[in-house]
Amino acid sequence: MKKLFIALLSAPLLAFASGAELHLDKAPDRARDYAALQNGAKVFVNYCLNCHSASYYRYNRLTDLGLSEQQIKDNLLFTAGKVGEPMTIAMRRADAKQWFGAAPPDLTVIARARASEFGTGSDWLYTYLRGFYRDDARPTGWNNTVFANVGMPHVLWELQGEQVMGADHKLKLARPGLMQPQEFDAMVGDLVGFLAYMGEPMATFRKQLGVIVLIFLAVLFVFSYALKREYWKDIH
Amino acid sequence: MGAANAEKYKSDGTAAGNLLEWVDARFPLMALWNDHLAKYYAPKNFNFWYFFGSLALLVLVIQIVTGIFLVMHYKPDASLNASGIPVAFASVEYIMRDVPWGWLIRYFHSTGASAFFIVVYLHMFRGMLYGSYRKPRELVWIFGVMIYLALMAEAFMGYLLPWGQMSYWGAQVILSLFSAIPLIGNELATWIRGDYVIGDATLNRMFSFHVIAVPLVLVGLVAAHIMALHEVGSNNPDGVEIKKKKGPDGIPLDGIPFHPYYTVKDIVGVVVFLMFFAIVVFFMPEGGGYFLEFNNFFPADPLVTPPHIAPVWYFTPFYSILRANTVNFFWIDAKLWGVIFMGLGVMVFFFLPWLDRSPVKSIRYRGPLYKGALAIFVVSFFILGYLGMLAPTPGRTLVSQICTIIYFAFFLLMPIYTSLDKCKAEPERVTG
Repeated sequence: MKKLFIALLSAPLLAFASGAELHLDKAPDRARDYAALQNGAKVFVNYCLNCHSASYYRYNRLTDLGLSEQQIKDNLLFTAGKVGEPMTIAMRRADAKQWFGAAPPDLTVIARARASEFGTGSDWLYTYLRGFYRDDARPTGWNNTVFANVGMPHVLWELQGEQVMGADHKLKLARPGLMQPQEFDAMVGDLVGFLAYMGEPMATFRKQLGVIVLIFLAVLFVFSYALKREYWKDIH
Repeated sequence: MGAANAEKYKSDGTAAGNLLEWVDARFPLMALWNDHLAKYYAPKNFNFWYFFGSLALLVLVIQIVTGIFLVMHYKPDASLNASGIPVAFASVEYIMRDVPWGWLIRYFHSTGASAFFIVVYLHMFRGMLYGSYRKPRELVWIFGVMIYLALMAEAFMGYLLPWGQMSYWGAQVILSLFSAIPLIGNELATWIRGDYVIGDATLNRMFSFHVIAVPLVLVGLVAAHIMALHEVGSNNPDGVEIKKKKGPDGIPLDGIPFHPYYTVKDIVGVVVFLMFFAIVVFFMPEGGGYFLEFNNFFPADPLVTPPHIAPVWYFTPFYSILRANTVNFFWIDAKLWGVIFMGLGVMVFFFLPWLDRSPVKSIRYRGPLYKGALAIFVVSFFILGYLGMLAPTPGRTLVSQICTIIYFAFFLLMPIYTSLDKCKAEPERVTG
C-alpha cells in the first residue's frame, strides 16, 4: 500500500513536466504613481483609442488620477462629447474586421484578461508592446514575439524605431526611433500601468478598505472568542 | 418534543411578553426555537471540523443576498452593444464600475461560489471522517448529497452568466455531453440549449434557473437536511450516540443546548471564516485565476475557441474522470463512458451509508485499512482536481485513469475492507 502511495505521488510529477514556456518581462509598478498614470492615459487616448475602445471606462473617471474635469475636457476628450461618456470609438466593427482581419478588442479589462501562469496581464502587455519586429511575410509588415502573426501593426514604431529578429532569436534595433530605448520602455510602462489601472479602477481603494475590514474582524475575533470562553467555562 | 406537546409561552406582563404570548398561541414559535436551538442537545465534543455546517449556511445567505442585488443590475442578454460587446458581459463591468459598491457585491458573490465548495467539501469530508452518514443519519446524508448536486447545477449555471470566453466554452463542453446519450442525445442537447449553439436562449434559461429554480430547491433541501439532523441528533468525533446515556431529566449526559453554546462558538468560526473570505475579496479577488479565470475577462466569442478550456476548480476532479475515459468499450463510445463515470462519480456518494460495513463510525476507532483507503482517496481526488485544470497529455491521461480507478475502488471495495478492518472498541461516552 505504501508503494502505491509513493507511486501515486511521484507519477504526476513526471506527467506534469511539460508544456510551452512563455517568457515575459516584468512590467514596472505604476499603481500609485499619478504622474505616470496620467502620462499613460495621454498615450492611450493618442495612440490606442482610435481603433480600440474602452467602453466600460468613463472619461470623468480619470479624476481618480488627480485630473480635473476641465483638464480632461481640454486634453484627453477626443472621442466623446461629454466628460461623463465612456471611451467609445467611431470605427465600425464590420469595417475594422475587413481592414485588420479581426476587430480590435475593447481594452478596458485587457490587463486582467491577459494574465496567465506566465505572469500578470501587465507583464504580457509590457512585453507585447515592446516585442514588435519587421516581418515582410505579414500584410502589415510587422510581427510580434508574444502574439505571433498579430493583426495589429506596430502603432508606436515612430517612437521605438524598427526592430528585426536576429538569427539567435533575439530582437535588435535596426533603425532607432524618436525615443531612446529606456525612454520608450518607461513610456510603455506608463501605458501598461494605465491599462492595469483601467482594468480595475477601484483596486487601490479595495486594498485600503481590505486592511480596515481585517482590523475590524481581528477586534471582533477577540470579543467573540472572549464571549465563547465565558459561556464554555463550565463545560468539561 | 414536537409542537403539539410543547408548553405555550406565558406572558410576564410586559408588552413584549404579551406580544410573544399572542404569537405563540397562534404559531409554534417557542416550539421551533426550543426544538432547533435552545433545547436541541448537541454533543459537547465538536471539534474544528464541525464549523463547516454553519459556515455553509452563512455562505448560502451571502450568495442569496448579494445575488438579489446583482440581479437588479445584471442583464442576461447575449446581443452585442454599440461597441460590439455582449450586453451581459458589459453589464457585469457596469456593476463593477458604475453601480455604487457593485464591485464589492460582485466579488462577494464570485468569491462566495468558491467558498461554498471549499466549505461543502470540508463538511462532506467531516462526514467521512466520523461516519456521520451511518445509521440513523442516512437521510441527513442523502439530503446533503442532493444539496451538493443542486449546488453544482447552481454554480455551473451561474458561471455562464458573465458571458466570458470560459463561461461560453465551458458551457459548450458540458452541455454537449448530453449529445453522447444514444438515440435522443442530439435532440436533447438542442432542447436544453434552446438553440443549435449556446446562445441568448441558453443564457436566459440558465439565468432563470440560477436565480429562481435552483435556489428554491437548495433552500428546501437545506431545511430538510437540518430537520432530519435535528430528528436523529448530531454525530460527534467519537461516533457514539449521546442519546444512549441520558440523565434523570431526559437530557443526554454529553449533550449541551445548541443555543447558547454552539451559537457563540460558531460566531468565532464565522469571524475567522470572514477573515479568510475578506483576504480573497479585498486582496486577491481572482483567487490566482482559480476563482475568476483570466480568460473569462474576454467576452464570449462563438467563433474563437480557446486553446485550453478548463472548468472552475470545484468541478475539475469530475472533469478529469470524464476525460480519463478514452476507450470505446462494449460498442459504447468513450465519450458516453466518460459521462456515465462522471455521473456515477457524484451519485456514488448516495450509497455511502450502505457501503460502509465497519462496526465503528469514527476514524478514531477504525483500523488501518479504512485510514489508508481514505488517505489514498483524498490524494487521488486532489490529483484528479489538479489534472482537470491542465490540458491533457498522454502521461496526464494515464495518471487520471489510475486515479479514477482508485476513486471508484474506494467506494466499491468499501464493503470488503471495512468488514475486514481491525477496529478499536468505541468508548461508552464522548472523550472530549
